[in-house]
Amino acid sequence: MNLSKILKNGFLIVVASLVLSACATNTKQSGQTQGDVYTGADTVEYLASGVKDRVFFATNETVLTTASRETLRKQAEWLRKNSKINVVLEGHADERGTREYNLALGERRANSAKDYLMTYGISSNRISVISYGKERPVDSGSTPLSWSKNRRSVTVKAN
Amino acid sequence: MLFRYLLLLILLLPIKAFALIEVDITRGNLSPLPIAISPLSIDEESKKNFKKILKKNNIGSEISIVVENNLKQSGLFNPLNKDAFLQKPDIANLKPRFEDWNLIKAQALVTGKVTFVDEKLRVEFRLWDVLAGKEMMALAFTTVPSNWRRVGHIITDKVYERLTGEKGYFDTRIIYVAEEGPKVRRIKKLAIMDQDGFNNKFLTLGNELVLTPRFSPTNQMVTYLSYFKNLPRVYLLDIETGMQEVVGDFPGMTFAPRFSPDGKKIIMSFAQDGNSDIYTMDLENRIVERITNHPSIDTSPSFSPDGKYICFNSDRSGYQQIYVMDSNGKNVKRISFGNGLYGTPVWSPRGDLIAFTKLHRGKFYIGVMRTDGTGERLLTENFYQEAPSWSPNGRVLIFYRETKTNSKGEGFSAKLWSIDLTGYNEKLVETKTDASDPSWSSLLSN
Repeated sequence: MNLSKILKNGFLIVVASLVLSACATNTKQSGQTQGDVYTGADTVEYLASGVKDRVFFATNETVLTTASRETLRKQAEWLRKNSKINVVLEGHADERGTREYNLALGERRANSAKDYLMTYGISSNRISVISYGKERPVDSGSTPLSWSKNRRSVTVKAN
Repeated sequence: MLFRYLLLLILLLPIKAFALIEVDITRGNLSPLPIAISPLSIDEESKKNFKKILKKNNIGSEISIVVENNLKQSGLFNPLNKDAFLQKPDIANLKPRFEDWNLIKAQALVTGKVTFVDEKLRVEFRLWDVLAGKEMMALAFTTVPSNWRRVGHIITDKVYERLTGEKGYFDTRIIYVAEEGPKVRRIKKLAIMDQDGFNNKFLTLGNELVLTPRFSPTNQMVTYLSYFKNLPRVYLLDIETGMQEVVGDFPGMTFAPRFSPDGKKIIMSFAQDGNSDIYTMDLENRIVERITNHPSIDTSPSFSPDGKYICFNSDRSGYQQIYVMDSNGKNVKRISFGNGLYGTPVWSPRGDLIAFTKLHRGKFYIGVMRTDGTGERLLTENFYQEAPSWSPNGRVLIFYRETKTNSKGEGFSAKLWSIDLTGYNEKLVETKTDASDPSWSSLLSN
């Protein structure tokens, strides 16, 4: 069930990236976003050396990009090595949406990351999920770049 | 402008002997009715007694200022400058000299009297039709002195109802989220105030994030989302006692709560494994019912005033749209088909309209549509605004608006605004702090 979800997500990524590359000239911003998914290093922190703590999403999307899946695979690897550590996945949305819908969207984003960690062997009882909707931005700007940094799921150590 | 009202008068005189002046509230009112609010007269002894209790020099004129501000804020009335009044308040209340009031172009006149009786505040007031030279209404009531602002609101409601033919919305309160601090570390508290911004009170301390408070139909209870102990759950708060409790025992986030129109149930979303569906919980027997069962996001539910239908927000079509279903979850129908995304549907207390937030080409709109989705009208456009809440008479919407920050990410603010259903009379609702998520109470007295 989870695997089929992931496979479906993977397929969607391929389709989405084809569509996005077609119009990338308009949406690309000084090399920090692709489509409108943030690809820069600003705001990113590390759970361990080489293990990024967060993944980013396109507007209104909950699909994981290739880069996000790579980040999550590294997180899964680190979690397998550190089996006593539990994590909270914090899902967030940008400010360009209604509050209640964004709460649901944040929850869906964090679960998208959770499902991926689970397919890489991390037990669901080591992962909890919380959505902050648009309540906890990391960047207070009102620009597409700021919003791209805020659409995220952050993996935080719970213990 | 004057001519229009004169014309109306002549036409109405033979048909309706008492409703002489009328205010049409169904269209944008660009020529508000000139009305004189004479300060309520007060004898010296009463004045002294009220001054002792309320620290106000003249409670009579204070109450008339409340009435004046309310009527002005409604956009339907133009309260005239008191400096131009020729008649003294006490004499005017006995028998106005209509030619004097006519001279300053007042078409309606409010007069009255306040007295201190048995430690209580007794008020009587009259509404006069200046052109016809007739009394339209006379009322008296008694209350505790500390209620003096409410006295002003009740007078406004009566005047509004007599002149427009519809119930007022002035003796009401707004519950909202008071906001402070930088955008990335916002402190949020529940707050409550009178409809005109006075008597503001905080209901939580700001230790945890709180969102989306909504009144019960009896105004005694509020349901809202709290992140207490970092577990986002729907709570119930009794405003009088301060008692709080979690609604239901859900293993994940519950959010987007509202009361059913009879106040017996809470309807809300419950999110689990990346999917949000709509549930109700009966507050008496605690029975939880699942209303929607769909892999999409279903949220922002709102009952129709007769309790038979629910409008809600879902992205089952791929994007956020508005849907209507029976209260048991059957017969789901999409009703929003315009360009853009739609959210926060809320059913009008009159039952005929649904107000919503719309996002289209990077702009946010507050709008209304009929309950079958036809007749969409956008009332206001801005960088960011959402979450309309209806005045109890269904004539005015209150919502919140956020500003764009500058290149350094500074200059963020969130404020409450109100707008008439006609799209006219957009007004800032003043709050001491920044504010969001307003919810309008029903009339406190009837």
